[in-house]
Amino acid sequence: MSALPLTLRADVLVVGGGMAAAWAALAAAEAGATVIVVDKGAMGTSGVTATGGPGHWFVPPEAHDAAIARQMARTEDLAQADWMACVLDLTWRYLPTIAPWYPFGSDGRGGRYVQGVRGPEYMRALRRMCTVAGIAVLDHHPALELVADRDGAIVGARGLALASGEDWEIHAGATVLATGGCAFRSGLIGSHSQTGDGLLMAAEAGAALSGMEFSISYSLSPAWASTRTLPFTAARFFREDGTELAVPSLKAGHAHFQALGAAMLQGPVLADLSAAPDGLPGVLRQIQPLTVAAFERRGIDLFRQRFPVRLFGEGTIRGTGGIAVVDGDCGTGVAGLYAAGDAATRERVAGAISGGGAVNSAWALASGRIAGAAAARHRDSATAGPALALGGPGLRTAGRPRVTDPLPLQRAIEAEMHGYDRALWRHAASLDQSATVLQGLWDEIGAHAAPPDPRGRVEWRATAAMAATARWCTAAAAARRETRGIAVRSDLPATDPALAHSLLVGGLDTLWVKAATPAARPLEPAL
Amino acid sequence: MIAALLAERCTGCNACVEQCPTRVFESGADGGLPVIAAPDACQTCYLCELACPSDALWVNPDAQDASAPPPADLLASGQLGRVKRDHGWNAPLDAGQLDAYRLLGPLLGEGVEIADRHYQRLIAAR
Repeated sequence: MSALPLTLRADVLVVGGGMAAAWAALAAAEAGATVIVVDKGAMGTSGVTATGGPGHWFVPPEAHDAAIARQMARTEDLAQADWMACVLDLTWRYLPTIAPWYPFGSDGRGGRYVQGVRGPEYMRALRRMCTVAGIAVLDHHPALELVADRDGAIVGARGLALASGEDWEIHAGATVLATGGCAFRSGLIGSHSQTGDGLLMAAEAGAALSGMEFSISYSLSPAWASTRTLPFTAARFFREDGTELAVPSLKAGHAHFQALGAAMLQGPVLADLSAAPDGLPGVLRQIQPLTVAAFERRGIDLFRQRFPVRLFGEGTIRGTGGIAVVDGDCGTGVAGLYAAGDAATRERVAGAISGGGAVNSAWALASGRIAGAAAARHRDSATAGPALALGGPGLRTAGRPRVTDPLPLQRAIEAEMHGYDRALWRHAASLDQSATVLQGLWDEIGAHAAPPDPRGRVEWRATAAMAATARWCTAAAAARRETRGIAVRSDLPATDPALAHSLLVGGLDTLWVKAATPAARPLEPAL
Repeated sequence: MIAALLAERCTGCNACVEQCPTRVFESGADGGLPVIAAPDACQTCYLCELACPSDALWVNPDAQDASAPPPADLLASGQLGRVKRDHGWNAPLDAGQLDAYRLLGPLLGEGVEIADRHYQRLIAAR
């Protein structure tokens, strides 16, 4: 740790480097703010968008009402039509603005096909737009903690530069957390850096989390690597001895994953794509070359040969929960602190379900723009000056300065969150058991010091963030004494109309859960 | 997992160091070629292959396997730079590389219907 950290100053600080971070930075810059982006990875390749092919909820204005009605009918009473209207409007207006930097394909009718974008090219375009807008992007500069003034308002962050190992401190009038969700190091492609860091930083600042029980989500991939793409929709499933398994299709939602999870707990499962639509192989080669490479380099023809598959946990990435958004500005309730993308709860548009890729990407774009614009408006608020660095768990340790290997701890956390037996058959006793295990892991993290090297420091803090996120998910799941959307309880299969509200959760050493009152719901979001 | 950085091709431009989302690579000492410094952080995303202007990198498709064929075999395999060519990564933006994108969603939806009909037949027969 250097004695004198690099200190910078901007109107708006954006933490994160994925699509929500980029859209937040662009909106803040367009509003006239000076903007610094700090990313654990590198903007352009960071995050799950960069490795995917996000469809967007991209609907012409004349069809918004119908789209909202369909989505309201699916979201199990937790979403809000006014938020959906705002997200649809922003996505419709802003997604096409990447055109000067992005190779939009044809819609087959002489126009552009806009709603689906390929991740690497999309993030390359957003990076270039940030550069043109004069935004300072600091890659491989992970934030470790927020900085508050004497009144508790957030006035920046501290972190380190991975290349040099030097500490930095950035002071800003407002800060946007766009650090992504948390997949608990499941091996899900694009998710290695998504360890819940922003959630922990927000909680330390006094923000709540919301919807954390909506975290049962998986994607199917070849057993040797996550592809996080969906060419497997027509798959039939077999045992190694050729016995076919009866697996309900993706239409069955939770039951599809339960059937696969149950089979995988018993032994290897093979997928057979020979019944896939005839047109798919050629389109896959053109549109998802990275998925094709995952098979071709092993000498496997994925449409002719059976191959082993497994489910990769998606945690709060395809799951819905995140930092509670308490107003139409994507504000967190903490002065100067905003949340966007997967780091924020997506319940206002996805309700109790995942939202699927399209709604989720639209949320990342729109919440990024809302948070960035609001942060720019907030930038001139008077503050008492930076006074206090807020980071605790995994950063500052009262206990012995003993260093331990984080990997076994991370694996134990992931097992509680994504173990098929745990997540797909949640019940009171299993949640109670998970809470006890996670508490033990949390205490162990708190009793050890971070290793002194830069990577070690970042990794230890990430381990604390994963443990905190897992504890919030488990506490919220235990408190939701019903089944709603993707929060499925095997002991409470019915939906209780009295529980049609969000659950807020928070706390670090001692957790709390409470119902979000209707009065606390956001008003019409600002456009 | 990242498995090969071919010295025969690497120009030392450090694009992989700068663009890897998990900082797997570090600059080489004294201006030398970059090194694979943190393979355990690799998420097998292939984005370093897109970033590399000289097609000097090869990712093993197995997320746990850092082994690679000998350089001569890799150079002869046709795999170096393949994903970049398939993407049309350096092609002009209007080259039509994503003209088939609009077909993907309907094909995936059709796949779900195929699986659904098959499942109904399967349980009816049991």
